[in-house]
Amino acid sequence: MKQGLFTIIDNSRIAPDVYRMILEGDTSAVTAPGQFVNIRLDGLFLRRPISVCDCVQNKLALVYKVVGRGTAQMAAMSRGSLDVLTGLGNGYSLEKAGRRPLLVGGGAGVPPLYMLCRKLAEQGAEPRVILGFNTAAEVFYENEFAALGAEVTVTTVDGSRGVKGFAADAMAGMDYTYFYTCGPEPMLRAVDRAAVTSGQLSFEERMGCGFGACMGCTCRTKYGNKRICRDGPVLEREEIIW
Amino acid sequence: MVDTRVTLCGIELDNPVIPASGTFGYGAEFAALYDINCLGTFSFKGTTAEPRFGNPTPRIAECREGMLNSVGLQNPGVRHVLEHELPEMQAYFHKPVMANVSGFSVDEYVRVCALLDEQEQVGWLEVNISCPNVHNGGMAFGTVPEAAAEVTRAVKNAAKKPVIMKLSPNAADIVSVAKACEDAGADGVSLINTILGMRIDLKTRRPVLANRYGGMSGPAVFPVALRMVSQVASAVSIPVVGMGGVCCAEDVLEMIMAGAAAVEVGAANLADPYAAKKIVSALPGVMEKYKISSLNEIRGCAN
Repeated sequence: MKQGLFTIIDNSRIAPDVYRMILEGDTSAVTAPGQFVNIRLDGLFLRRPISVCDCVQNKLALVYKVVGRGTAQMAAMSRGSLDVLTGLGNGYSLEKAGRRPLLVGGGAGVPPLYMLCRKLAEQGAEPRVILGFNTAAEVFYENEFAALGAEVTVTTVDGSRGVKGFAADAMAGMDYTYFYTCGPEPMLRAVDRAAVTSGQLSFEERMGCGFGACMGCTCRTKYGNKRICRDGPVLEREEIIW
Repeated sequence: MVDTRVTLCGIELDNPVIPASGTFGYGAEFAALYDINCLGTFSFKGTTAEPRFGNPTPRIAECREGMLNSVGLQNPGVRHVLEHELPEMQAYFHKPVMANVSGFSVDEYVRVCALLDEQEQVGWLEVNISCPNVHNGGMAFGTVPEAAAEVTRAVKNAAKKPVIMKLSPNAADIVSVAKACEDAGADGVSLINTILGMRIDLKTRRPVLANRYGGMSGPAVFPVALRMVSQVASAVSIPVVGMGGVCCAEDVLEMIMAGAAAVEVGAANLADPYAAKKIVSALPGVMEKYKISSLNEIRGCAN
């Protein structure tokens, strides 16, 4: 973990209520895809945890959905600097991915899978990606994943784009060596039920500090209590107690 | 040169700044960022006889200038603390530490205090009779003077180290509870623990916290805490550790002017992991600005 001042390079809307912010600063604490940062915002007491979409050299990409006061405040920013804690959380581990890992993302859970997909492709894997949204208008990052060489399937609940249904529904019949997922908890449950291999799931919880001090986000696992912010947010399929 | 030293129950501290229990773990997360020996000391996570998972999540909510928590005394239990957390702490903290103890019966308080009292690293026992997030424990002892006195007497019989009773602002009269603790032999009192509060999510129409209510802390509670510290310090002759919303060196000085012997910093550590260090660093300069050469000369001056 590191605290640093980051400069806002860009902040644009990429889908309804979804923005991409590019920050520049000391990214040396970011060590794995699936980690998050915790951002201090004026007038808000607690920081806001946001997953890292990508990290290249000294630039961080954050893709976030406006869901409350903090993210609304972020969406309104065009320049300036932010006090950011980086390198939080364990992140995904790439070792068990195998040749053909499957990445399943839902809505605001899609962004952290991007850096994971890039890293997997760079280590020679052939990742396959399912991106789930409610409607065609909400779809983002389909082309970005495709540009990494991944085979991308888009699902929408209303069928207005891609395969009609939920992301987990599209897993049936797919051939994969391992899975990675991030999204709302009902989706994670559905992915777990549909999966035929081991995998890693990224969880969300309301946090106090984001770095393991307050015990605000603890969950039970088969391997004992874990702080989602520090020992997670990524858990192995085998340890999860649903 | 200003003198930031204070004495708490016979033990000298380099400065009055003490991260509060529940906001600093066992110090390891912070020691990875800075040398925590710059602190006066810190109060480690509230410890019970048995391991506790705590309350269901969500356990955290936000409010203007503050937050609510309903963690519910999650801790690995006193045996684990003796075998793991305290030995590991020796690698990064070399001052006497404050051991925070909680319980669900007088007997539990006594057993846990007796075990921690034997540890050389432990300088003080801070006995939490004010946790608002558990039933039949914690705060039940801290809101009634007779019950607080009973815990104090029992712990004092079992411990040699100074015993500081941590008090609840949710008591009908915190001054009566403080006096009852003093009469029962407490070496000091610390206050305030969090104020019981609530938030509701407009979308779900349900409480934000799974436990419905939670303890409110952060800058929003500072004036309430300061008033209570002033009232208690005026009424007792044992040291008072002031806490509640402290987030800068100026707040520390206000607390001491209200009669605090030392000052705990809580929620600020969660919003900024460097908060306690920044307060320690800023304190001499702020003392100079207000022409304070020693903290002892201002203690209780506003009472």
